[in-house]
Amino acid sequence: MGQAMIDLQHLAKKFGDQPVLKDINLTVNPGEIVGLIGPSGAGKSTVIKVTLGMEVASGGSAKVFNATMPNRELLGRIGYMAQTDALYDALSGRENLKFYGLMKGIARGDINQEVDYVAKVVDLTEDLNRRVSGYSGGMMRRLSLAIALMGKPDLLILDEPTVGIDPALRRQIWAELDRIRDEGRSILITTHVMDEAELCGRVALLLDGKVMAFDTPVALKQSYQVTTIEDVFLKAEGVD
Amino acid sequence: MRTIGIMNRVLKELFRDKRTLALMFIAPILIMLLMSVIFNTNSATDVTVGTVSVSHKLNKQMADIKHVTVKKYDTKSAAKKALDKESIDAIVKKNGSNYSLMYANTDSTKTATVKLAFKNALTATSISQLKSALKQSTKVTVKLQAQLQALQKQQAAATAKASGRVVAAKQAISTKATSTTTATKSTSQQSPKITNHYVYGDKDTGYFAKMLPILMGFFVFFFVFLISGMALLKERTTGTLDRLLATPVSRSSIVFGYMLSYGILAIIQTILIVVVTVWLLGIEVVGNMASVIVINLILALVALAFGILLSTFANSEFQMMQFIPLVIVPQIFFSGIIPLDSMAAWVKDISYIIPIKYAGDAVTDIIMRGTSIFDLGFDIGILLIFLVVLTFLNIVGLKRYRKV
Repeated sequence: MGQAMIDLQHLAKKFGDQPVLKDINLTVNPGEIVGLIGPSGAGKSTVIKVTLGMEVASGGSAKVFNATMPNRELLGRIGYMAQTDALYDALSGRENLKFYGLMKGIARGDINQEVDYVAKVVDLTEDLNRRVSGYSGGMMRRLSLAIALMGKPDLLILDEPTVGIDPALRRQIWAELDRIRDEGRSILITTHVMDEAELCGRVALLLDGKVMAFDTPVALKQSYQVTTIEDVFLKAEGVD
Repeated sequence: MRTIGIMNRVLKELFRDKRTLALMFIAPILIMLLMSVIFNTNSATDVTVGTVSVSHKLNKQMADIKHVTVKKYDTKSAAKKALDKESIDAIVKKNGSNYSLMYANTDSTKTATVKLAFKNALTATSISQLKSALKQSTKVTVKLQAQLQALQKQQAAATAKASGRVVAAKQAISTKATSTTTATKSTSQQSPKITNHYVYGDKDTGYFAKMLPILMGFFVFFFVFLISGMALLKERTTGTLDRLLATPVSRSSIVFGYMLSYGILAIIQTILIVVVTVWLLGIEVVGNMASVIVINLILALVALAFGILLSTFANSEFQMMQFIPLVIVPQIFFSGIIPLDSMAAWVKDISYIIPIKYAGDAVTDIIMRGTSIFDLGFDIGILLIFLVVLTFLNIVGLKRYRKV
């Protein structure tokens, strides 16, 4: 199917009188990793919130799987990882995974298998039965990512997934993301790590509530006549 | 299914938090033990006494005493009915020369007030009776003296031949006088026998017994309100609520999941409190214990819904604590622990919006009068209205965090 997984057209969002998003045009196609970069306060998290249906667009349209958001049932097909880890400290890693899996609507019989699989991806198998309160920051981040991966969602929305994760594991996670992409599933990822942006299929540069540029990393670097995405970022921001 | 999942998770979290559990289960017991020791003093309240075949004088004497109103009844059964309906606090019935007193005794302060008032009125009445008896006997004596003098005159006029008869007459008069004094004496000595009956408890029932049903409700309300409010606040601040709402779970599942888990907690807490009060403090429960638990369960759910609702107006744990003086403390004042009948009418009206008042009324009826839960439709109905409205507001309120 050639239809976009995420299709945001002329999206605008105001909180009270304050416009946060002005004109967002963004598509994520099946089998594609799209990176969303931009300075803090540019509206990255708001784009995600509208895409998930937590907020309603003030203007334009937000479609996911070709259905207008908000739509509760569609959330079962989206894996979401927030900027905060959002874990239950008193529960063990396994219990966290099981709980979120159940909330996502994964059948009870399949949950244990799912838990074992995602734990292996983020390298948490051995610590799965420990309470989350005893986890390190990086472990919490990994568990949070594992939760998003549960149930093999068609679309992953990851808000800064690799913060606090060491390089070896980061590489492992990106390998998994690439594998997901190759399966024809899609990923929308926000990041501050610019070399990660280079790994995305296309990168959207968000600035002041608008998408300033949206293209492949190579094309972006050419059009800004720089050598790295980081330079693209700086140039777009007007810091020379 | 998801509701059960949320319930399991909340319960798991709760039972791993040992400090909070201790707060919920040990703190109420500790406070109640303390209160049972401290609150066995009495203060004055207004009482209404029903009287059956009591003399007009005694009625008047009692009515003249401050804080006491007297209602006359023709038969004992009519008075008993009024006692059961709480329109009077005690019945005074005269059996011959003895008195039988029956107290509702749901409020030991009132029982004490009635006891004292009756004693005073009785003393006052017997004093006035004594007075009139004394007056009569004085009159008789004066009359006798006059007779005596007349006789003496007669005696003076008459000769010695009649002297034997006069002595006899004199003797007769003096015996009469003595008998009058003995009569007077007997009225004062023969104080009427008073027997006391208690509908609830006995003469040792203290103020604490009256507070207990309300206290029980208060503890359930307070802890469930605080802990559930904090729990949802934590879900919000740690981001788990957002993440939960990023799954297809419905808003109502979240609210109902919380209700189920805290409902279970409230049942355990209520059972514990009831057991402790019955076995440890020796409080008598006339009615059905299961009914007490049911009422407290409904109250706990109201508290839960209230806590969740207010937590959405708090941005931190400290702000949640700030609701205690605003929301919890007024609940104590209007719950009925402090007698409402002596308050101004407009103050009394406030109590109608206090959930604990209804639970307290209902549990008081069950514990002290053995009222069946099916006769408490009004109190339960109001509590359910609170519950439905608050739950609805919560489900709608979660829209703030996800629009569907």
